[in-house]
Amino acid sequence: MYRYDDFDHGMVAARVDEFREQVERRLSGALTEDQFKPLRLMNGLYLQLHAYMYRIAVPYGTMSARQLRKLAHIARTYDRGYGHFTTRQNIQFNWIELKNAPDIMAELASVEMHSIQTSGNCIRNTTSDQYAGAAADEMTDPRPWAELLRQWSTFHPEFSYLPRKFKVAVIASAEDRAAMRLHDIGVEIVRNEAGELGFKVFVGGGMGRTPMVAPLIREFLPAANFISYLEACLRVYNRYGRRDNMFKARIKILVHEIGAAEYARQVEEEWAHVKTLGLDPPAEEFERIAVQFAPPPLDPEAPDELDLGDPDFRVWVDQNIVAHKAKGHAIVTISLKPIGGIPGDCSADQMDLIADLAERYSHDELRVTHAQNLVLPHVAKRDLYTIWQALDAAGLATPNLDLISDIIACPGLDYCALANARSIPVAQKIAERFSSLERQRDVGELKLKISGCINACGHHHAGHIGILGVDKKGEENYQLSFGGSGAEDASVAKIIGPGFSEDGVVDAVEKAVETYQALRDPGERFLDTYRRVGLQPFKEAIYG
Amino acid sequence: MRILTGNDLVTGQVTWWTGEGWSLHVDEATDVADKADAILAVEQAARRVNGAYAIDATREGGHVRPDHIKDRIRAIGPTVRPDLALAPADPADRDWVI
Repeated sequence: MYRYDDFDHGMVAARVDEFREQVERRLSGALTEDQFKPLRLMNGLYLQLHAYMYRIAVPYGTMSARQLRKLAHIARTYDRGYGHFTTRQNIQFNWIELKNAPDIMAELASVEMHSIQTSGNCIRNTTSDQYAGAAADEMTDPRPWAELLRQWSTFHPEFSYLPRKFKVAVIASAEDRAAMRLHDIGVEIVRNEAGELGFKVFVGGGMGRTPMVAPLIREFLPAANFISYLEACLRVYNRYGRRDNMFKARIKILVHEIGAAEYARQVEEEWAHVKTLGLDPPAEEFERIAVQFAPPPLDPEAPDELDLGDPDFRVWVDQNIVAHKAKGHAIVTISLKPIGGIPGDCSADQMDLIADLAERYSHDELRVTHAQNLVLPHVAKRDLYTIWQALDAAGLATPNLDLISDIIACPGLDYCALANARSIPVAQKIAERFSSLERQRDVGELKLKISGCINACGHHHAGHIGILGVDKKGEENYQLSFGGSGAEDASVAKIIGPGFSEDGVVDAVEKAVETYQALRDPGERFLDTYRRVGLQPFKEAIYG
Repeated sequence: MRILTGNDLVTGQVTWWTGEGWSLHVDEATDVADKADAILAVEQAARRVNGAYAIDATREGGHVRPDHIKDRIRAIGPTVRPDLALAPADPADRDWVI
């Protein structure tokens, strides 16, 4: 894992002092809320429905046990005993008092974390593949490149006041586990025909009010020019992004309006200048970062065999374990989606337990996924049964990865000031309707995603089944959409028809699933069947 | 009736204007009629409330019920965490929220 150097420590410490003074000035009345709001947002502090909400970045989703324990401590000391992992690999605390926010920031700094740039019109936390460094199918570990982006984008003077927020994802495998093409910039690490490392660069994706899959802007960018090219991408956006209309201010609108080819041409033109400025770090600097992501010392003699005699353990292994690149090892997904629970919520006690397991069995590493689960990336198979027993005792062994109850849901109207409808109760009811694991596994992979407003934090546009909560004359109403995907076959879901009540949408989802089960060909997922047969059979089943 | 609500500056807790100060309990909210703007200007300047605004509500028996679901949820707490609700975790007390 990357460790802060003196510069990182000094930078964050200075921000803690600055933020402490800003909070004191707000509490004393020296600052009005209008003056203070942009300052607190720059540090990830929102005012939500019930209290202040504090959003903390987990860079590219990677954490150590020490860091997770610190989050557990914050949950206990400053919040109400739990935190909420988000679709951008961050964590949010929902019950923060303003006077405590600087102390929390100082606590975070002590474990090399912070909340800087988790809000505002700047470059946000760079996200990545939760299996990075462990996945059997990856070309290289994408996190050193994501870390390079973190260092480049943090406090970038030119990009601190962009037309709108800006999100980047970096992956290094053909399977996209990070919804890469639904980001403002998506980067896929590839090799060209000569075997040289470089990047495919996609620009102009996103969800929200106007969902778009990012088009390819550059087929192959040499690795040495990573930073200067992204600088050019941002410069063109910063110059021409629609500052006059916040609903059209994301880069996806610019790219769509002028066309991907024209945007790419302008980037190339800008890049011709930018790459002469010496922005690309020397290879030694990248190596300094990369060496900190060296693979952990895995046991080369670790046995591949696994005793699957316990049937419950076997189901969990089948569902929540994926292949590791090293023999005798596995990647474990810890589901934060117990049936009837709140997707992404994790208690302080659960965090401490997971931190202990990461320290003892996963080389002190864990990950946050954009699907709001946690991952132990480097586990010897011989330890799986012990881990499963510990997780099971803590309610953390739900074997539902990528099944219909593994629902992404934003906080919705239960917590969020922007929301129009509640997301969590809908997720709970759907999970309960499909609580039979046998039924879920028969249905197979089905990614269901729920947002409580058009901002789409719950990724409903990318759901095989997506649900959007809206306000219909003061009542909660839910629009259903099918056919979205955040994976390598990225697509935007289409609304199927008139909306439903809370219970009505649960019934509609069940009818959709039953229709799929009746129509599917062998091996087809819900998404495959929908793409093959189209909307009509589903519509007939749901609306009659 | 028109009532005022906001968040406490220091704690962020949801508060309701009682006519004399700010209460955590929506039932203590008072009808401000057409005086909302004047009260809000004074109270926000005095830092006794943050992000305050006026909403429509209805008095039912001894209770005040905000008309919009968002403010009804604000009055009690997240519907999915009754253990964190301001009121006792009695489901009957929460029936009016949704």
